[in-house]
Amino acid sequence: MEMVLIAVAYLLVFAVAGLYLVLLERKVAAWFQLRLGPNRVGPFGLFQTMADALKLVSKEMYGTNRADKFLYNLAPYFPIITALLAMAVLPFSAQFQAFDINIGIFFLLAVSSVGVIGILLGGWASNNKYSLIGAMRSGLQVVSYELSVGLSLLTMVVLTGSLQLSEIIEVQKNGWLIVQGHIPAIIAFVIFMIAGTAETNRAPFDLVEAESELGAGFHTEYSGMKFAYFFLAEFINMFIISAIAVIVFFGGWLSPFGITEEISWFPSVLWFLGKVLIIVFLMMWFRWTFPRLRVDQLLNLEWKYLLPINLFNLVFMAIVVWLGWVITF
Amino acid sequence: MSYFSDIYNGIKTLLTGMSVTGKYFINAPREIITQEYPDNRDTLKMFERFRGEVVMPHDKDNFHRCTGCQSCELACPNGSIEIIWDRQVDPDTGKKKKMIDKHIYHLSMCTMCGLCIEACPTDAIVWAQNFENSVYDRSSLTKVLNKPGSRLLPGVED
Repeated sequence: MEMVLIAVAYLLVFAVAGLYLVLLERKVAAWFQLRLGPNRVGPFGLFQTMADALKLVSKEMYGTNRADKFLYNLAPYFPIITALLAMAVLPFSAQFQAFDINIGIFFLLAVSSVGVIGILLGGWASNNKYSLIGAMRSGLQVVSYELSVGLSLLTMVVLTGSLQLSEIIEVQKNGWLIVQGHIPAIIAFVIFMIAGTAETNRAPFDLVEAESELGAGFHTEYSGMKFAYFFLAEFINMFIISAIAVIVFFGGWLSPFGITEEISWFPSVLWFLGKVLIIVFLMMWFRWTFPRLRVDQLLNLEWKYLLPINLFNLVFMAIVVWLGWVITF
Repeated sequence: MSYFSDIYNGIKTLLTGMSVTGKYFINAPREIITQEYPDNRDTLKMFERFRGEVVMPHDKDNFHRCTGCQSCELACPNGSIEIIWDRQVDPDTGKKKKMIDKHIYHLSMCTMCGLCIEACPTDAIVWAQNFENSVYDRSSLTKVLNKPGSRLLPGVED
């Protein structure tokens, strides 16, 4: 019974977070372009995405004639289920964590890369050349950028000495890891943000669904709720990547300078969500500033720049920890 | 060595771009350029350079500036302007001269290229800023620009 309740609660959080992230994205995009953004449905357009979701639910499911029906229908569930799985281990606060396992970071990485299978399947099964190109691009993007995400998190794991998310946050009671690890931690954060943006297939790494080149890439042939699954999963993944960044670099649900001890009435969930929203905003800022990369530039960036820097950074962090150059309060 | 300067320049240019968009974002609440059209219909003022439709201004004594030279009709690339003219006796001087009877403008055909207005030697036709041009019957888009009973303003031909 308890498990069912938790599952329902998570599904609700999932749906609401996804819908309101879409709204936030549209609003932020509008402000970057000096527009107003959605403002017709409800006060300040707050119900706009609800109305959109309702529309998508009521739409006819329409697919291509010669698609591989089984894989085509299976594909949308991969990104959404993996996103939910990843949500399960996120520590929203000390008490609010569904599943605290001792390989937390590893689990997050593993699960978030399974979502790509959905993209590959969708692109392949649609029987459409643009979808296929998008899916293949997604494959090469994940093969390269998964390395950077993993290595930059590994750099931080050298500092924490644990993969368990609750313990990683426990370590940060003496100062957030980005302060504790100073220079190598900042480098790792920058690399994590770049690779994380690439992982979520957002601009400037949105080669997978590049509107101007591929229609909509892998989800060209999807409509109605199946399209909405891909779309929501993309935004939830953005939330998850931001949440990982907050947990590993910015102290998770801990308040800055340990204010939590003095104001215990302030829910630590809000610290967590606030920090996550700042990182989400950063990713939106990237999206509305940078132009899309070409495929060769994408691979150059990863293999010639991020990966070598990351490896050196890992060694640097190991030296920092070995010699005890860690800043703690 | 260019490897490291590439990294430095890359980060620098990315940050420059982000600062530009960041400034726009911070100033957004004050500088939003969206016009919420049907809501602000009473206060909306179109811009001077906006091309709504061609009109012929008349002063308060019903004088216009069109001499009937037909430059606009010749300049129009798709025949949106037709001038029906006539030689009549000028009541001031008693001489016969060319005068317009009807300056007919087909708004339905007009592409708003503005060549007629550039061609007009006496500035008789100008752009209006109205834009609510939808009607139920296209025949009402054929407009006679000179008002009935209007005359050429004396002295324009000189």
